[in-house]
Amino acid sequence: MKITKAEVLHVAHLARLDIGDSDVDRLAGQIGTILDYVDTLKQVDTTGVPATSHAITLTNAFREDELQSHLDPEAALANAPEKDDGAFAVPKVI
Amino acid sequence: MEFTPVIGLEVHAQLKTRTKIFCSCSTAFGAPPNTHTCPVCLGMPGVLPVLNKKVVDYTIKMALATHCTVQPESRFARKNYFYPDLPKGYQISQYELPIATGGYLDIDVDGRSLRIGITRIHMEEDAGKLIHDPDRPISRVDLNRTGTPLMEIVSEPDIRSPEAAGEYLRRLRAILRYLDISDGNMEEGSFRCDANISIMPDGSTVFGTRAEVKNLNSFKHVEKALYYEIARQKEILLDGGQVVQETRLWQPDKGQTVSMRGKEDAHDYRYFPDPDLLPLVIDDGWVDRMRAQMPELPAQRQARYMADYGLSPADARVLTGSRELSDYFEACLAVFDQPKTVANWIMGDLLGLLNTRGVEIENTPVSPENLAGLLELLDADVISGKIAKTVFEAMAETGRPAKTIVEEKGLVQVSDTSAIDPIVDAVIAGSPDEVERYRGGQKKLMGFFVGQVMKQTRGKANPKVVNEILAKKLG
Repeated sequence: MKITKAEVLHVAHLARLDIGDSDVDRLAGQIGTILDYVDTLKQVDTTGVPATSHAITLTNAFREDELQSHLDPEAALANAPEKDDGAFAVPKVI
Repeated sequence: MEFTPVIGLEVHAQLKTRTKIFCSCSTAFGAPPNTHTCPVCLGMPGVLPVLNKKVVDYTIKMALATHCTVQPESRFARKNYFYPDLPKGYQISQYELPIATGGYLDIDVDGRSLRIGITRIHMEEDAGKLIHDPDRPISRVDLNRTGTPLMEIVSEPDIRSPEAAGEYLRRLRAILRYLDISDGNMEEGSFRCDANISIMPDGSTVFGTRAEVKNLNSFKHVEKALYYEIARQKEILLDGGQVVQETRLWQPDKGQTVSMRGKEDAHDYRYFPDPDLLPLVIDDGWVDRMRAQMPELPAQRQARYMADYGLSPADARVLTGSRELSDYFEACLAVFDQPKTVANWIMGDLLGLLNTRGVEIENTPVSPENLAGLLELLDADVISGKIAKTVFEAMAETGRPAKTIVEEKGLVQVSDTSAIDPIVDAVIAGSPDEVERYRGGQKKLMGFFVGQVMKQTRGKANPKVVNEILAKKLG
């Protein structure tokens, strides 16, 4: 499958990946190969098979509306690169 | 050229559950930052979200209240985008198969009934909260709100005026509060609205290009923002230009909408079914159980007030406008069973008082028992109508029962003729000119005499008795 340079850049942007110009052609080729491989599935005859989102037939897993303990805020913030005043700190977004 | 606006509304209502939609963390408002979190709502790798059953219960109730079809099978999907308030990098929502579809809501605008279609209702999780530092180049992320259950209610583009949009929202909010499934508080963000609006020439059936308006955080602002957008789009079209499809932000302080540039390319959400959540199957039994729990809704109460109490449609609508007001009315009736009198006092004196003070019915200084007590005294001729107004004001100031106020201030109505006779005699003796004119045929002067007697008795004389005595003595 032919993947364009623009498509590679678009997908990279959506995933917030910073890829160099030199990588684009190589990635376009690789993505095309992966998509071709997935297309193998099209060879299966799915006539009469309903579309599904899950491979298992289970449905309905619930919890009751009951409170349980919270994580210690220090533990919640333990992996944060930056924190401030009990909160995760990020570059200003507005 | 005149134009018709075409408006569709998306409402997000926060559901009143104790815990979040996919984990057992508290949804309570106002806790210190990041104290209501767990690995699930923080989006840690390897965790499994599990659906809160009450969220489904509540959404089924809303679906029934808005005449939607509850889908036997629905599904959760991931909406992918990056923002610091979204720890997983996706929001769990419903996309292709929402829980409910195809309903409607009837509203009244200027005495006309309008039916607004409801496209769909779905469940989703809320994002966290960002606090922007005024001095430093950072934003603080609080994930307490992350995972709070939301219900999104999407209307058809059936709304044709800002007033109708306001009425639709008020009605929707009233239903949520009657069902007791959401606080519906716009200012606090538990009831949020985005509006899609376009305009088309009068008589046309082809919709124009729409703009999506965000940040509408009060009913008043919704109407104002829609008026602004109508005028803005009209000017563009009359100048021969074209409306751009975009998201616009309402700026309440400036009274205008501005384009939110840079958001356009963010709309590639790549929805796909969330593999962590099983398909949701709702059978008829579940729907029937929820139906059996449904309280009386505003439209039903309105109809009952008209049929059983003989109230006008307009009065019945005002009284059922909020569950709290309607409950107040019924609490009054439990003590004093004269619906029309109670309705008039609530809509006149009570709502007037609340408006003046800017308080909601929940915080009324005059309890239903006290108002009913006042009306009992009035009905039993213990006090006059004029004194009743005075007592009402005193009740609003002190919160005390009418009976106590009447006794303490000596406001009991005087109906005893032997007490009123001498005052009537004095008034007649003191107004020889008026007496002569009255006897000469100017019967309108009766009002003058009654007024004088009432003044002398500081409003305490029974006006009916005063009238009778005056009529007799003036001949």
